[in-house]
Amino acid sequence: MREITYLEAVREALTQAMEADADVFLFGEDIGIYGGAFGVTRGMQEQLGKERVRDTPISESALAGAAAGSALTGMRPVLELQFSDFITIALDQLVNQAAKMRYMFGGKAKVPMVVRTPSGSGTGAAAQHSQSLEAWVAHVPGLKVVQPSTPYDAKGLLKAAIEDDNPVIFYEHKLLYKTKGEVPEEPYSIPLGKAEVKRKGTDVTVIATGIMVPKALQAAEILAKKEIEVEVVDPRTLVPLDEETMIQSVKKTGRACVVYEAVKRGGYGAEIASMIAESEAFDYLDAPIVRLGGKEVPIPYNPQLEKAAVPQEEDIVQAIEQMVAKVI
Amino acid sequence: MDTLPIKRELLPELLHQMWLIRYFDEKVDEFFAKGAIHGTTHLCVGQEATAAGACAVLQPKDKITSTHRGHGHCIAKGADVKRMMAELFGRETGYCKGKGGSMHIADLDLGNLGANGIVGGGIPIAVGSALTSKLKNLGYVTICFFGDGAANEGSFHESINLAAIWDLPVIFICENNQYGMSGSTKEMFRVKNISERGLGYGIPGVTIDGNDLFAVMKAVSEATERARVGDGPTLIEAKTYRWKGHSKSDAKKYRTREEEQEWRNRRDPIKRYTEQLIQEGILDEDRAEAVRKQAKEEIEEAVRFAEESPFPPLKSLEEDVFA
Ligand SMILES: Cc1ncc(C[n+]2csc(CCOP(=O)(O)OP(=O)(O)O)c2C)c(N)n1
Repeated sequence: MREITYLEAVREALTQAMEADADVFLFGEDIGIYGGAFGVTRGMQEQLGKERVRDTPISESALAGAAAGSALTGMRPVLELQFSDFITIALDQLVNQAAKMRYMFGGKAKVPMVVRTPSGSGTGAAAQHSQSLEAWVAHVPGLKVVQPSTPYDAKGLLKAAIEDDNPVIFYEHKLLYKTKGEVPEEPYSIPLGKAEVKRKGTDVTVIATGIMVPKALQAAEILAKKEIEVEVVDPRTLVPLDEETMIQSVKKTGRACVVYEAVKRGGYGAEIASMIAESEAFDYLDAPIVRLGGKEVPIPYNPQLEKAAVPQEEDIVQAIEQMVAKVI
Repeated sequence: MDTLPIKRELLPELLHQMWLIRYFDEKVDEFFAKGAIHGTTHLCVGQEATAAGACAVLQPKDKITSTHRGHGHCIAKGADVKRMMAELFGRETGYCKGKGGSMHIADLDLGNLGANGIVGGGIPIAVGSALTSKLKNLGYVTICFFGDGAANEGSFHESINLAAIWDLPVIFICENNQYGMSGSTKEMFRVKNISERGLGYGIPGVTIDGNDLFAVMKAVSEATERARVGDGPTLIEAKTYRWKGHSKSDAKKYRTREEEQEWRNRRDPIKRYTEQLIQEGILDEDRAEAVRKQAKEEIEEAVRFAEESPFPPLKSLEEDVFA
């Protein structure tokens, strides 16, 4: 099968969704002739016109609210928020409006909108452009949260997100944009709420999200040479969460390590760890559940410090070696 | 020229400052292209007169807030270019110990309350700083720099209103360089001049030629006087142009080469100011040339300083999170 990049996969999903449904449109800062800060929508305005690929002023709060309003009244907007850090500005509209409309209005409203946004560190853009704040939105009932780790997943999950009748926050990791993978040309969707086992193993389950998935896979390769077989599970969507796949995996391996880029404290990894501890998998545990998250610091500018601020392959390898050595 | 807001002897220093700003950013551009500076950078080449002119009329106790395109403001407020360069090189000797980079340089001792990676992020902060000045009767004013794009953020509108109702000593300076990233003011605004928005909040709004250093000094000086006597904020819109792309990897497809050439060749703020100084007999051509060379030297020196500076130790990663 042909290989394309994660970035191209996102673009293809957008284009196909717009071809399939006239209600789908894109808007966001610099997404037109500029093609978006990372080039995801490059060429799309030429192809689909200024009405459907709309450049906007720098007004995140208005944009998020306008997405909610147009979704409420029959469109399927896909908003690009230039960096996920700026969700802080849009948060009122997402949290107090979009997320609650259906429920507050007694089930009468539908809010089929998607907020696509690049997140994460690794580009040297420092503290205000490198955050992983997915736990914030995952905390709010009424929002779905997606974090694809491969081009294949990005395309299939985005189609599902656009077709979903709820507000979906779709996190694209900046360092994944250039990664390549096999992606079918025809449209397909991956249901929200289905995890995938990215690698099979018997000794430890690593549950990794976003950019941590390829890192965990590399760590698994290194550990395989040391005869530790790691199973890597990617939840793919944080909300809804596929608990079953993770529980089954942990029951099999007896060890769970949750790896995520966001700051460890208050991060989504705590949610996954408790979910496992509360489940039947608890009885199968041979070691305490381990969380590996970002250090509790804003992301620094200097490249060495930046790298040290979030988990790397070596850290995953080390954590797993320690887990395997430890038996309760 | 008779009613200069600053001493005549200080005028050559402003030329020096504008050259420092230009050479600093051109150097950054060069090292960025070579991969020696990472992350991203936003250069203010072409906009030197707004920063230099505005800060020239300030007193040392006065404060500024800056933006992602903030090297010029920082230099104009008196920053040491060596420490700025070191910061961009990610070194321990930089203004933020290598942790902030281009978009986060601050120097509280010099009254620079920080660059900002969030468009519109500095506007409310400037209002807060002005509030402190008023509450504690400190007599300082705060200049808030921001771009035309930022004038569409909620923070702009909310902040101006707040400053207006409290008559705060703050000066909102919108550097209208015609574009957000790619969004042109023609497409992102329905007002002809952003300064018209002052009216809606009950404060004066003026539009000036931001490439004319004298015009900038005059307008800012008047606004500063208003602010100091308790008459409240002013919105100044300085029309200017950024010569370079928005940041790295900007193909500049949203504007024409002719437009760029027009601003570069005919409206260069440094060339213009140099001519004005020579015309007024304040400098001759040789002296002007010497000022330029001196600035160039200082930037070379800053690069040497940055390159020779150590990287921050790994243990500094977890330092300074809390006071
Ligand atoms: C809240 C927020 N939205 C978007 C961005 C991305 N961004 C950085 S600079 C910029 C353009 C800003 O334009 P303007 O305010 O006119 O300043 P200029 O770059 O022209 O100096 C954009 C969209 C950001 N940093 N922060």
